[in-house]
Formats: sequence, C-alpha cells, structure tokens
Amino acid sequence: MNDLRDRFTGRLEDRRFLTGTGRYVDDITLPHQAHMALVLSPYAHAVLRGIDTAEAEAMPGVLAVLTGADVLADGLGPVPPFFMPKMWGGPEGYATLRPILCTDRVRCVGDRVAIVIAETRDQARLAAEMVAVDYDPLPVVTSARAALEGDGVPLWEDNPTGNLSCSLEMGDKAATAAAFAAADVTLHRHFLTPRLAPASLEPRGCIGHYDAGEDRYTLHTSSQDPHGFRAVIARNVLKCAESRIRVISPDVGGGFGLKAHMHPEDALVLWASRRTGRPVKWIATRSEAMMTDTQGRGQEIEAEIALNRDGKVLAVRATAWTNMGAYFWGTATPPFYFAMQLIPNVYDLGAVDLTNHAVFTNIAPMSVYRGAGRPEATFVMERLMDEAAAAIGMDPVELRLKNVIAPEAMPFKTATGMVYDSGEFANMIRKARAAADWAGFPARAEASRAKGLLRGRSLISYIEVAGVMNERMELRFEPDGTLTILAGTHSHGQGHATVFTELVADWLSIPAESIRYVQGDTDRILVGRGTFAARSSMLGGSALLRAKDALIERAKEMAAVVLQAEIADIDFEQGMLKVRGSNKALSLIEAAKLFYLPAGPANLLGIGLTGAGTAAGKPGAAPNYPNGCMVCEVEVNPKTGALTIERFVAFDDVGRILNATLCEGQIHGGIAQGLGQALLEAMTYDEDGQLTSGSFMDYCMPRAEHMPAVDSYLLEVPCATNPLQVKGVGESGAIGTPAALVNAVMDAIRPLGVTSIDMPVTQARLWQTLRDAEAGV
Amino acid sequence: MELSGNFTVNRPRAEVWAALNDAEVLRDAIPGCESLDVSEGGYDGKIVLKIGPIKASFSGRVNIAEAVENERLTLTGEGNGGIAGFAKGGATVTLTDTPEGTEVVYSADVSIGGKLAQLGNRLIGSTARQLAGKFFDRLNETLAQPQEPVR
Repeated sequence: MNDLRDRFTGRLEDRRFLTGTGRYVDDITLPHQAHMALVLSPYAHAVLRGIDTAEAEAMPGVLAVLTGADVLADGLGPVPPFFMPKMWGGPEGYATLRPILCTDRVRCVGDRVAIVIAETRDQARLAAEMVAVDYDPLPVVTSARAALEGDGVPLWEDNPTGNLSCSLEMGDKAATAAAFAAADVTLHRHFLTPRLAPASLEPRGCIGHYDAGEDRYTLHTSSQDPHGFRAVIARNVLKCAESRIRVISPDVGGGFGLKAHMHPEDALVLWASRRTGRPVKWIATRSEAMMTDTQGRGQEIEAEIALNRDGKVLAVRATAWTNMGAYFWGTATPPFYFAMQLIPNVYDLGAVDLTNHAVFTNIAPMSVYRGAGRPEATFVMERLMDEAAAAIGMDPVELRLKNVIAPEAMPFKTATGMVYDSGEFANMIRKARAAADWAGFPARAEASRAKGLLRGRSLISYIEVAGVMNERMELRFEPDGTLTILAGTHSHGQGHATVFTELVADWLSIPAESIRYVQGDTDRILVGRGTFAARSSMLGGSALLRAKDALIERAKEMAAVVLQAEIADIDFEQGMLKVRGSNKALSLIEAAKLFYLPAGPANLLGIGLTGAGTAAGKPGAAPNYPNGCMVCEVEVNPKTGALTIERFVAFDDVGRILNATLCEGQIHGGIAQGLGQALLEAMTYDEDGQLTSGSFMDYCMPRAEHMPAVDSYLLEVPCATNPLQVKGVGESGAIGTPAALVNAVMDAIRPLGVTSIDMPVTQARLWQTLRDAEAGV
Repeated sequence: MELSGNFTVNRPRAEVWAALNDAEVLRDAIPGCESLDVSEGGYDGKIVLKIGPIKASFSGRVNIAEAVENERLTLTGEGNGGIAGFAKGGATVTLTDTPEGTEVVYSADVSIGGKLAQLGNRLIGSTARQLAGKFFDRLNETLAQPQEPVR
C-alpha cells in the first residue's frame, strides 16, 4: 500500500469548495419551484383534536395545506426504525411507526402536524402561522429513568411494556456478582451524557419533484445515504417501486449521523409535489433544525467497577437508561448497542454485567451522532479507571497498562462479544505517555500552583468498531480512455474524491486528472450504503480494490485478442498489459478505448470496460477496530471555574494510512466535537418538555478559541480484516475526547474532595462544583 | 414561569378598576392589541407580539375567574400564536390606595411553548415587564384625559 502523504497537495474537492462553487441543496432551484413550511407541535404531548386549515388556505400564494388526515387519505405509510436491536441478536423491543405527519397525537415538541405549500418561502411561513390546531395536552415525561419508573403516561398505548421499548443485557451476571464479592475494592459512579444537537453547518433541506408524465419522483436532499433514503421512502411511505424514485445528494455540509437516515420532510416534499404539481423545496432554518433534527447521546448510567489492590480489574457492572425520545427512529440501535458493547474498551475485563434500557420520553428522537454509543462506553470505562486508580493509590497509566489486552492475545474476544483483530494498546499508551511528557507533569503542576491554578491530567484509551454492512464500488472507462469512479459511499467532508481517486490512479498508473468521481445519485450508482460509522475506507476502499481487479481481468481479455496471447499469460504492470516473457504490450487506456470502438474486438468481447467490486466483512471478522490513546492536561482557575486545555496529545491507530493529512483532519474535527460534548453542549428541556436550548443563544457550540493545539500521531497497526489493512477514522476523535477532558478536570479538582462532575463541564458548573466542595456539600 | 410587578396609576381606585374592566380602554392600552371583544365571563382578543426574534399574532381568551370590585381581579388565559407557539397561565391583579393614586400589583404564572419557549424563554421576563410598563403608561395616559376632573 502506498502512503500518499508525501505527494498530498490538497483535496480535489477543494477547488469548488474554496471558490464558492460547491453545490448544496439550497443552491438548486427547479423551474416553477414552490416552498414548504412546517407546522410543528408546540406541545410535548397532546391529543390532536382538530386542525382548521381554512384561514391558511385563503392566504396569498398558498397552493395547499396538508395534514395527517391527508396523509391517511392518500395512503402514505408510517416509517419504522431502520432496524431494531433484534437484528443484532438483541431483544425484540417495541418499534414505533411514525407517520410523516401526526394523525391523532403529538409526542414531542417539534412533531410535524401540518405543512403549507406556497409560491414563496415567506408566504408559506405566514400561512403556516394561520393553521389553527386544537391540542388537548397530556402529561409529559422527559427523563428516561423517570419514564421507566412510571412518570408521565405511555407514549404508545399498544406497547405492552409502557414506555420501555426494550432492555438489552450483556455479559454474565453470576460471574460478575462473584467477582464483585471477591474484589478488594469496588466503587460506584453515576454518569450523565446529555443529548447533543448534531448542528451541521448546512441544515437539512430537500426538494421534491414529482414528474406526472414519467410518474416518477426526484428528491434532492442533504443526505449521507441516498439509497437508504430511497428504500425507506419507496417501501414505507409512498409504497412504490424504488425505480420510481431518484435521490440525489449533492454536496453536503456536514452530516455527523444526522443525515444517515431520512426525516419526515424528505417524504413530505415528494408528496407535496405530487399534490401541487410543482417542485417543492424545504430548507430548515436553524431554529427548525434544533427542534426537528434527531439528536445524539442522551444516557444516564449507574456504573460499578471491582478490582484488586494490585490493580487487576475483575469486573464491571452497569445499568443504563437511554433516552430514545418519542420514537425509535432511524439508526438508534447502534448507539444503544455500542454504548454497552464497547465498555470493556481495550482491557481484558474478567466479567461484565451490563443492562441498557431503551425508554420513550416526550423529547426529540435519538439517533446516531459521530461516535454513536462509543463515546458513552469510553466515558464509563475511562472514568471508572481513573476513579479506581485514585481509590487504590495507583498511577492511572500503570493501572491501564496492567489491564490492557496484549497484542499476542489477538484475535481477542471481549466479554461483550467483540472480536478485536489487531491493536498494540500498551505500545500506544507508552508512546502517548512519552509524547505528552507525562514525567514532566509534577513540575508543570507546581508552576500552575504558583499561579494559583490547579493542573490536572489524564491518559485515556478508546476503541471503536468501524465498518458496518457491505459496499459496492464501480470503475468505468469512458470511450476516450478517461475513467469514472462510481462510489456507493458518500463523502460529505471526508475527502473521498481525493483518496479514492489517488488510490485508483496509483493502482492503474493513470493520471488522477483523467479520473472523475461520482457519488450521491441513485440513478447513476447501482447501489450504495452511504457513509457513516467510519466505514468508507475499509468497505469502499476494499470494494474499489476488487473493482480494479475485475476491471483488469476484463482488460486482459482485450489484450489477449490484440496481442494474440493467452489471458493467463498477461500481466498488468504500471498501466501496461504485458505478455509474460515477451515485449508485447498494450496500455490499459488503449485497451479501454478498443472496448468502445464501433467495430473490432468489442464485437466479440462486448462493448465497454467496467469493473465492479463488493466488500463485506466475513462473519466474526467483519469490522475493524480503530483505537487510540489521548493525553490531556488542563488548568483550572479555582476562583472562577475557568478552564484551559494546556496539552492535548492524540495517538491513533487507523491501520494502514491512506492519506495522513485527511486522517489528521478527521481526528481534529472529532476532537472539536468531543470537546463540545465535554465542555459546552447540552440539549435541554424543561419539565413541560419545552426545548430550552433551541438556538445558539443557549446551545453553545465550540469555537476556534476553545480548540487546543492538538499533537496528533498515527500509529500504523495493519488491520487483519480487509485487503487494504485500513481501519476507520471518522469518529475516532469524538470518542475519546469527552473522557480525556473530564478525567483531566477531575484530576485537577479531586484533591478538593470532588468525586464526580457531569458534562458539559461549563465554567458555571465547574465554579459551582468547587464552591460546593468548599462548603462540604 | 412567574412574573410580577407593580405600577402606580395616578387615579383613584374605582376609576382604575373601571378602566381595567373596560374593553375599549384595554384595547387601547394593551400593546399590539388588534381586537378585544367582551364575551361571557371574559374577553376574546388578538394581539401581535414581538418577543426577541419572534413576531406572532396571538389569538386567545382571557377568563375572569374572580372579580372583587375595586380590589382584586383573578384571570386565567390562553393564547395561541400558531407556528410561534402558545402562552397560557393565570394572573392576579390587586389594587391598593396610595398617596399618588392607586398601586396595581400583578403576579402571573405563565407557561409558554413551542418556538416561543425555544427562542424566547430567556426574554419572556424582560419582555413581559416591558409590555406591562407600556400598558400602564398608556392606561395612565388614557385616564389622564379626564372626562371629569381629578378629585
């Protein structure tokens, strides 16, 4: 494999992004386009008694006002979750069926109640204000734990388990109980991970166009997974053949999991277009995005660790409550699962006993968000490790080194059933410790103390499971000998156009300039799974490698005819198809052109030179496990609660590196998001289920000033589960950062008697925690 | 959310009481009031409000739960701002004599929902105070154009 870092001069995508010629959904205007406005529920829970649309319909420019009754009348189906835990071997669970407009009840603020289609965006919004909705409020519950304990009323009356969708259990209860009974030390902590807003720079948006002549729908949407959107809309909502829908996802300004699954608007604009005979556009305002987007995280957990005085960890036990919100929606299963399954992290834990309850509440639905369950798992384990180290008076790094899985133990099956293929965890820890000058900390702490500041540090490990589902990539030579990559993956900031192009240029020895990269259009791409869960380098890359192999095999057929040789005697080297043991050769590009001539060998071989490849993991070895180590040092001002990040070292094993600059870019971005989670961000609801963090006035996003200088290092430990030997990278930074930051803060303030601090560690919370500690609270 | 405040109106108690129960006076004094009609046990009305970035037309109803003449008025109400959300709650208004005229003390418990809560929750208190201030200023102005001289 080639490391492309030396000849990296920038991304191929950057030309359009840096010159303002990127093309996002809102840059597209279709002829005769109308606009959609949403009527959203202001109540967190209410019976929908009636909707009066008359006044809205009479407003200027209004083409249609549609409600849940129209949805039912037109036979549009509700949307189930993308999949349930049962598909991963978990419990059955209660799966909600969510109509694209509410029909009889609203279950969270922001539930879609009606839509207005008008000539202009302003007209649609003005008319939406005139839709009169009669609500009969119901009791509200916003906390998962309270909902499970009986607060509120059932959101789904046909769910036999009240507001519980399902409880996922992992591990061995008896072995864990025995380990706890035998341990020298046990300790317990309570952790909260707040809900987070994905807050993509480009909000969600879509344009629906129904072509009555063709009886066909086109959806332009800001999506990470156009084929997935198409399948759900065709199968569940419109109940039509997938070939009758074309989904185009142009440039996408940030996904983070938010755009991995369809939202009701994606189906609503198509339906609205069919009803009005006009293309219909909807672009979320920031307020609408905050209110209607799926959110990430949202977990409360009681966690315990048992260990011996020598530092050997014997067991971990935990019960978690995952706040599903009003619906089991989109891809909520992976975070629900991974939050438990990755708790063992990089350690050889004797036993675990883990339970996760998926609970319905009257807040917005939860789904994947960068990291998706792994940050929660990492946070639990790494917080417990630091608390345990403090409890037994052991250096936290030594405690980790004592418990990490050794490289010789690979493949290693964890207590939760994950099979790690590779990883040099102890090596990583030692390297990170050295890079961060761990030994020099006491002197730095002393210097901080002299300034009246508290200094704390942390070293955490994380592991990620990356690369779900299978993938298909296609290579197609054009008649003139240029090449097109047809990608099933979907880049929305990751730089796939650059990486995949460079790989293909390298493999085929053809100029990168002659390669065009195509993605995000269901009419041009046969099938694809899109991009999320750090899957594209492994699955897209491996599929691309196989597409290349298939292409070469077919090109050899042409070479055999032209060079009058046996196919078996032809080798492909540096862009040339050569007959072994002779000087006869044909360039790949010439062979490609011959495949498109109106007469000649193509008559016999078939017209066109293409190659398609599929990649999927083998059972038991399917994914890959990117992992890493972070060292963080902070200074806390005990008088003001002000926090500064003084040092941040990230060591990452992403397997073979395809492009170091892009990897580090992903890691930096992930760290920024993890920092937001740790220090600033939280979606909050009041007791009535009203969203109180619905704008950037109240929801604090990280800014450049919050971001530390990150020392990023990549350690190449080849992955054993795929031919490119790569591991994922997209989520890495976001996974470890919250644990690293909070552990460093705790290290600084633990001497004052603090045992816990919740995220986000805002200045106000830190100040209050310090005052409480002073007062002995 | 609890809101409270007090204002002094430079008129005797009975006159203030009458004004607070006069739909025409209220219509003129309530900022943004587009209509206010007496209906059984209260008023139906429409007001246009701007709270922070949200401007919306609220249709609603105020019921007079208890009226002790010249002393105390207890109200419940509900306003629907369509896409902007809703506000509902109750309020008590009491009148007491002061050397300057009449002191009007109000206390209200209000809950808001939807976009109003999303964007305006931190602005409701100050906006409500501002609106109340305008209301009583206008009430003062109205009452200062006397049909009969001040005694």
